[in-house]
Amino acid sequence: MKKDIKDLLKERIVILDGAMGTMLQQYAFDEAAFRGDRFKDWHMPVKGNNDLLSLTQPEAIRTIHKQYFDAGADIVETNTFSSTTVAMADYDMQELVYELNKVSAELAQEAARQYMAEHPGSSKYVAGAMGPTNKTTSISPDINNPAFRAISFNELKEAYIGQVNGLLDGGVDLLLVETIFDTLNAKAALFAIEEVKESRGIDIPVMVSGTITDNSGRTLSGQTPEAFLISLEHFPILSIGFNCALGAKQLEPYLEILSNNTDIAISAYPNAGLPNAFGLYDETPDLMGAQIEAYLEKGLINIIGGCCGTTPEHISAIATIAGRFTPRPLNTNPA
Amino acid sequence: MKQLRLSGLEALLVTPQSNFINVGERTNVAGSKKFLRLIKEGNYAEALDIARDQVEGGAQVLDVNMDDGLLDGKEAMVTFLNLIASEPDIARIPIMVDSSKWEILEAGLQVLQGKGIVNSISLKGGEEEFIRQAKLVKRYGAAVIVMAFDEAGQADNYKRRIEIVKRSYDILTQVVKFKEEDIIFDLNIFPVATGLDEHRRNALDFFEATAWVKQNYPATHVSGGVSNVSFSFRGNDSIREAMHAVFLYHGIKAGMEMGIVNPTLLTVYDEVPKDLLELIEDVMLDRNEEATEKLIQYAEQHKGGKKEKTENLAWRELPVQERITHALVNGIDKFVDEDAEAARNLVSKPLEVIEVFLMNGMNVVGDLFGSGKMFLPQVVKSARVMKKAVAYLQPYIEAEKDKSRPSAGKVLMATVKGDVHDIGKNIVSVVLACNNYEIVDLGIMVPAEKILERAIAEQADIIGLSGLITPSLDEMVHVAAEMERLNLNIPLMIGGATTSKVHTAVKIDAKYSELVVHVNDASRAVAVVSNILSKENGGDFKSNIKADNAHVREVFLKNVNQKEYLSLEQARANALQLEFTANNIVRPVQLGVQVIQEQDLGVLAENIDWSPFFRSWDLHGKFPDILEDEVVGKQAKELYADALSLLNKIITEKWFTAKAVFGLFPANTVGDDIEVYDEQGNTQQVFLTLRQQSKKAAKIPNIALSDFIAPKTSGTTDYVGCFCVTAGFGADEKAKAFADAHDDYNAIMVKALADRFAEAYAEFLHTEVRKKYWGYAIDETLGLEDIIKEQYKGIRPAPGYPACPDHLEKSTIWKLLSVKENIGVELTESLAMWPAASVSGYYFAHPDSKYFGLGRITEEQVDDYAKRRGISKESALQWLAPNLA
Repeated sequence: MKKDIKDLLKERIVILDGAMGTMLQQYAFDEAAFRGDRFKDWHMPVKGNNDLLSLTQPEAIRTIHKQYFDAGADIVETNTFSSTTVAMADYDMQELVYELNKVSAELAQEAARQYMAEHPGSSKYVAGAMGPTNKTTSISPDINNPAFRAISFNELKEAYIGQVNGLLDGGVDLLLVETIFDTLNAKAALFAIEEVKESRGIDIPVMVSGTITDNSGRTLSGQTPEAFLISLEHFPILSIGFNCALGAKQLEPYLEILSNNTDIAISAYPNAGLPNAFGLYDETPDLMGAQIEAYLEKGLINIIGGCCGTTPEHISAIATIAGRFTPRPLNTNPA
Repeated sequence: MKQLRLSGLEALLVTPQSNFINVGERTNVAGSKKFLRLIKEGNYAEALDIARDQVEGGAQVLDVNMDDGLLDGKEAMVTFLNLIASEPDIARIPIMVDSSKWEILEAGLQVLQGKGIVNSISLKGGEEEFIRQAKLVKRYGAAVIVMAFDEAGQADNYKRRIEIVKRSYDILTQVVKFKEEDIIFDLNIFPVATGLDEHRRNALDFFEATAWVKQNYPATHVSGGVSNVSFSFRGNDSIREAMHAVFLYHGIKAGMEMGIVNPTLLTVYDEVPKDLLELIEDVMLDRNEEATEKLIQYAEQHKGGKKEKTENLAWRELPVQERITHALVNGIDKFVDEDAEAARNLVSKPLEVIEVFLMNGMNVVGDLFGSGKMFLPQVVKSARVMKKAVAYLQPYIEAEKDKSRPSAGKVLMATVKGDVHDIGKNIVSVVLACNNYEIVDLGIMVPAEKILERAIAEQADIIGLSGLITPSLDEMVHVAAEMERLNLNIPLMIGGATTSKVHTAVKIDAKYSELVVHVNDASRAVAVVSNILSKENGGDFKSNIKADNAHVREVFLKNVNQKEYLSLEQARANALQLEFTANNIVRPVQLGVQVIQEQDLGVLAENIDWSPFFRSWDLHGKFPDILEDEVVGKQAKELYADALSLLNKIITEKWFTAKAVFGLFPANTVGDDIEVYDEQGNTQQVFLTLRQQSKKAAKIPNIALSDFIAPKTSGTTDYVGCFCVTAGFGADEKAKAFADAHDDYNAIMVKALADRFAEAYAEFLHTEVRKKYWGYAIDETLGLEDIIKEQYKGIRPAPGYPACPDHLEKSTIWKLLSVKENIGVELTESLAMWPAASVSGYYFAHPDSKYFGLGRITEEQVDDYAKRRGISKESALQWLAPNLA
């Protein structure tokens, strides 16, 4: 029996995994590998559709999840960042969405079970990753028609419902609405989760994580971190935080704002620094660990992990450091 | 934390300490005839002006209502709220979606990114519907206004108000689990002074009910539509305003925290004339029987007190440049044609409106964006205004073009492989783009294959190559050779700080039979490109350049061949002989490697040498005289002002992180090598220096840097230092942000300033080393001017520059100082430093050490050098090619 994640959050800082994409790069899968046997005749190129690898290269995905558990992650994210009908339209694979989510969740759970079998008494969790999609509900893609929107709230909500159903049937322990650049997109995701929860009569912890893309200190859709928090705190979320876009150091002031303004758990999973001249993330585990240590010292964090460019080595370094600190105190009766 | 927290793009907290929250009411078709007319006409641009007016007037929440029988309310609501989302100056405040129809409320909720307020739900349609709507409001994440209204109708007295509030509160908190701080009660504000007795207590009942709510449910809030109270005095704005002020004064005292008002028409309670105040309070508080009668009389006597509407159009009075800038900054496209036309009448060519007026305006936009005062949606809006202005000007530009302008062409620009410097390239790109050439910019570190592949695919008319460091010269030769091999016939333009007419003619032109032209500054680029592409005289131009290149080549080769060189042995025999005594060798105060992780930018700013900054913008002259220069003074002044304002932001907002690593070590020379020791005397690294070989006049030595350090044979321990400073961390991101916002001006400015900071840091650190860390010039009191003139003792030559053209020395410095590990500055394959705004070099302290140029060296020395370096002669030849005789 797994320990309730809420109890774990009271005991210590919870560790999230690192990047899936960075790890997949090492496999250097080519078009044929992405297609596998099943999609060998697919009518368009699929290389770059990392989520598809859950179906065509499941061993790689499972192995990466396991590596993260071995490195000390308590939670791994499913390989489903783009597994919505909206994002899969790029590959004409909308029909696969339910399967992608279900199978990805199962792969992650298999890795979790394997780890727990090897380490009896341990608890490992799977979070269903729900990315922002490639469309935005708050910004017009057409500068001559600012009232236009490429997607409506309802369309996006329906897409997320499809994803949530697959993830739940695959057995995820949590849901993670992440890399939010447009808060309205996230509201559609949370609305979808509420509808599914209600129709299934279940409850499931939900984490949300936004992204701040530059030093203006705003989300892409223009919100300050505080406005972002306020826009989402109506929902009974387990944690809120920021991921991606910036390195650990740059995230600190924004995490501080969140921490000062809410009682719910705070999460952070930054990139391994900023991309260098070659578009690579090269912050070493030690360097990143040192930066993260700064916010652990300030007591800002309950959940910590890594985004782009991070590897099991980073997570291992982060887990070691996080082990030395107590988590940020929580309000134990969330809404 | 039980407080009402709302958000648009920014947060709004309603706390006991916060003042009364004004909800702007003018964007309501039911309350504003003008707004209704604009929406009906589909004139959303002006409708948005009303919203903006409300925000500028102090509204903290904006009420939007589209309830009108002749409107598709749902569509109007969605369209208007979507438009507001694109206007960050409006969208920063939370929205109150106002409708009596649930489907309009829901449509509105679906387009709000922030946490807004629903206005309103009530028990009017029964409990079931009330619960359903409340649940959805909660799920959409909004606060809610609950009207004091139930199945039996609107509450119009104290008792009914309490009764409905109580019932609504219980259902919301117990059944729906609505957060009580998100509940706002609208207790119905009804008109007073109507002449009917049953209305006399309307205001008083409201105040009392408000007090009851705040006492019993302190976490909830009370609001109301304030202008209702003065309904009887329609047409007499000054009386109405006074009544609103008085009503709010008492309402707020009772606990009302929010009200729907016209914030631009609010009078302060204290400013209501005493006699009028008395009369109004009699009415509001029902203090005497004749109150209404007296107030009506007063109103009769003070008719026509209609207040001037102060729409903020003052900016329309400004000069045209400021109007255009204002419109761009605020994203107002209403007057853009008018202003573009006005500007067009001021200039000789319509294109200048874009180049001058619009670009100036866009630069301001870029500044604000870079400093976080504007953000993406706003800049997109500015781009929209820009686009409209350009569209307006287009026919005029076309007309002009037919007469005199050559057809525009496509220019492909790239900084070559291994090089990261792109300031010059970006300036040329912007200048060409402004002159209507299409630019395909491939960025930095672009390999030859990619340049050629894209040039062919894009059918580029011209290729422009740029580079700053010397290895880039060879890369350009390589690109030219490849173009020849592929039989291309695209003219090639060469530019960048180390490029020269001579190098272009001798090395590049020789490899490529099509046109190769060296463009030494951006201002010439337009002329060159237009000449190349000119149908009439393009051919002449090309053959002239080709002939000119041939001539330069001939002269050069003749000169080179004529110049006399000493053998390496002779040159070494003629080395500079310095004295090394206790007087001129000072042991550094602190030996070893030291790292500075964050240098205060403000200090560095004081050490900036501005002359090179102006040069990077093609403004030549010495600072500060350049500001008063007859020709470029005006531009220089403007540029300087822009630079200072950006500089200020860079410093206060810490855009860049300046870091340094340096080391001071025991050292001696062995031949032309400088051995660098650790404190135990073990050799850590060896600096290889190169010696001048050209034949000198009598008594003039052939210098190498090693001459400035005591030879090992002297038995005297000497010292050498080296360093790397950077101010480039953060600069690229900022520059990219600017570029992404179509603000190339500031993108370039940021990089140019980063370079200045790096140079200033090199200078500043050198001073610190002389006075403090090494301490051989503790008493030095030089001003910036003297330092720029290099009047200090000792030198800090840099690899890649005249005294030491050998870039490979940087690798040695990197090893010795662990530069990458310590401060993160890296070397590219061509040994350019990344971030680009970095400086590295050596420190020599000998009082007689001085800067010099190596000049040309012979293959003999290259051979010797290759052996010392342990690399092949081929490789050595490649690195030293620019200096080869």
